[in-house]
Amino acid sequence: MKKIVLMGNPNVGKSVVFSRLTGTNVIASNYPGTTVDFSKGKMCFGKEGHEIIDAPGTYSLEPSNKAEEVALEMFGLADLIIDVADATNLERNLYLTLQLLEQKKPVILVLNMWDEARHTGIIIDLKKLENELHIPVVPTVALSGEGFSDLVRRLDEARSPVEIEPMNDSERWMKIGEIIGNVQQVTHRHHTIWDWISEASIRPLTGLPLALVLIFTALWVVRFIGETLIAYIFNPFFSLYTPLAMNINAWLGPGFLQALLIGKLSDGQIDYIQSMGLLTTGIYVPFAMVLPYIIAFYSVLAVFEDSGYLPRLATLTDTLFHRFGMHGFGIIPVFLGLGCNVPGVLATRSLETKKQRFIAATLIAISVPCMAKNAMVFGILGSYGTGYIILVFATLFIVFVSSGLILNRLMKGDSPEICLEIPPYRKPDTMTVLKKTWMRIRWFLKEAIPFLFLGVLLINVLYAVGFVEWLGGIFAPVIQGWFGLPREATTALLIGFLRKDLAVGMLLPLGMSPLQLVIATTLLTIYFPCVGTFAVMFRELGIRDMIKATAFMAGTAFVVGGAMRLVLLGI
Amino acid sequence: MEQPVTFLETGNTAVILRLEGGHWFQNKMRVMGIREQKTIRLVAKHPFNGPVVVEVDGREITIGCRMADHIITGVPE
Repeated sequence: MKKIVLMGNPNVGKSVVFSRLTGTNVIASNYPGTTVDFSKGKMCFGKEGHEIIDAPGTYSLEPSNKAEEVALEMFGLADLIIDVADATNLERNLYLTLQLLEQKKPVILVLNMWDEARHTGIIIDLKKLENELHIPVVPTVALSGEGFSDLVRRLDEARSPVEIEPMNDSERWMKIGEIIGNVQQVTHRHHTIWDWISEASIRPLTGLPLALVLIFTALWVVRFIGETLIAYIFNPFFSLYTPLAMNINAWLGPGFLQALLIGKLSDGQIDYIQSMGLLTTGIYVPFAMVLPYIIAFYSVLAVFEDSGYLPRLATLTDTLFHRFGMHGFGIIPVFLGLGCNVPGVLATRSLETKKQRFIAATLIAISVPCMAKNAMVFGILGSYGTGYIILVFATLFIVFVSSGLILNRLMKGDSPEICLEIPPYRKPDTMTVLKKTWMRIRWFLKEAIPFLFLGVLLINVLYAVGFVEWLGGIFAPVIQGWFGLPREATTALLIGFLRKDLAVGMLLPLGMSPLQLVIATTLLTIYFPCVGTFAVMFRELGIRDMIKATAFMAGTAFVVGGAMRLVLLGI
Repeated sequence: MEQPVTFLETGNTAVILRLEGGHWFQNKMRVMGIREQKTIRLVAKHPFNGPVVVEVDGREITIGCRMADHIITGVPE
């Protein structure tokens, strides 16, 4: 089977081209660096099937970060290359094109965003360009699908031109200058209102207040959508489900299976948060407490991503993030981590150095509350008032900032400066936003929910064999003596390693004061990531750095817990 | 007058005369479109040694100020 590899600069729409060719759903965003791994798919043309690979975006064949290294690796595997270029910025894209042609592999050039080029007054003579490069050139509009039948039809015309000899840098730029002079005409373009907005949103004086307004509005929208979904869809659904669960309960009768599937009843009724059964808490927590916020968060995030705002936010936060040993692009993994820490940690790959990746991953795991953690915080403290919730988030923010400052000092290594292309603002396409949100929700259901079930199962088993009691006894001195929490809270904190959101049901019955609950939930958030995050951190950072990160987390939890006890409880 | 792009007033344009620094840096700038003879506009400059935003060929690019200090510009005649 032939391997076809899609190569191109970041942010030229490769992933959309990929999903057009394979029918696969791929996440593409209006900011560079979304594809940090490669995606594979299959397509048929002619008589055979072909494997098609979407490589991360790269400006050249000399990699400057991990994602670009992956791109180079993919290039090595290719039998045929589809070079995707941005028609609105041909000159720069041609550098990679020429480098690809020099490597003597068959190439076909796709000029994507053809419609946008036309709108911005760029005219490219396709015939002349084909003559210059000696390969087929196909204009496409990936979002609408225009040009794709041509692309597939002409794939077997891809060739490696003998006319293009290996060149050095300056020869290559000379050649590009020549080609552009021959094939491209640019008519004068008037500044639009979007250019004005674009500049206002990236300048410090206007951009920072705008960023604050946008972020708070976004969080408010997430909360509003989440609460609406719970009130009008998920809770009514569970009211319908309760009689069924009660029937199962009656049918099972008391015993181990009842304890495992339904769990403890309070006043003969199922308490979805505290029962801890697989069919009660095991379903309710992920579906009615976490999922609604996941849906809300990812739809808002998709709008943010596709509008092209995030690179601007990265620019605005750059100065601050430098103090944490990263640069502004670090805000993107952090943002993704607010949904679920796992994709957040994965996205740290687009940062250039090991130091930056380590700091970003550790900060996400410690102090970026994912939707499950948020659900936990709201679930525990919601009834006591917003003030307590703010206390938790303010503490997390302080932890984020101080951990960043400390890690920057502690970690050796480089923190290179930001270098990021700012895409033009685009109106998010409704279908793309919906598709992307759906894909992420599906991912969450597939990856996160099994852990939750497993968590509930394991908790029940560990309880049954007395392991939790035993471990609780060991940690009790720290929990009681240092953090000022009741002995029984130990179990909840231990269980939090499996699933943070399950700890809600274990903390609530302990009769703690609101301030004690604030300490407990904050500790639950920072002392350790969940198993899923732990697994990707292990994969991304390696065992040694993972141990370092873990030690840092444990140390942070210890210090923060003690300090909170002192400040909040005054003892 | 030769000066780094960071010395420009926000909103002003100049022509890139040369790139200083190592080969790796120069290459990185060029492949992103920041090349000799191109007109460059300073879109924004962030305080406390923050990044600068420049525009070349209608594309905005954010770069750290130390990098930007290596982009030497002159005023078109």
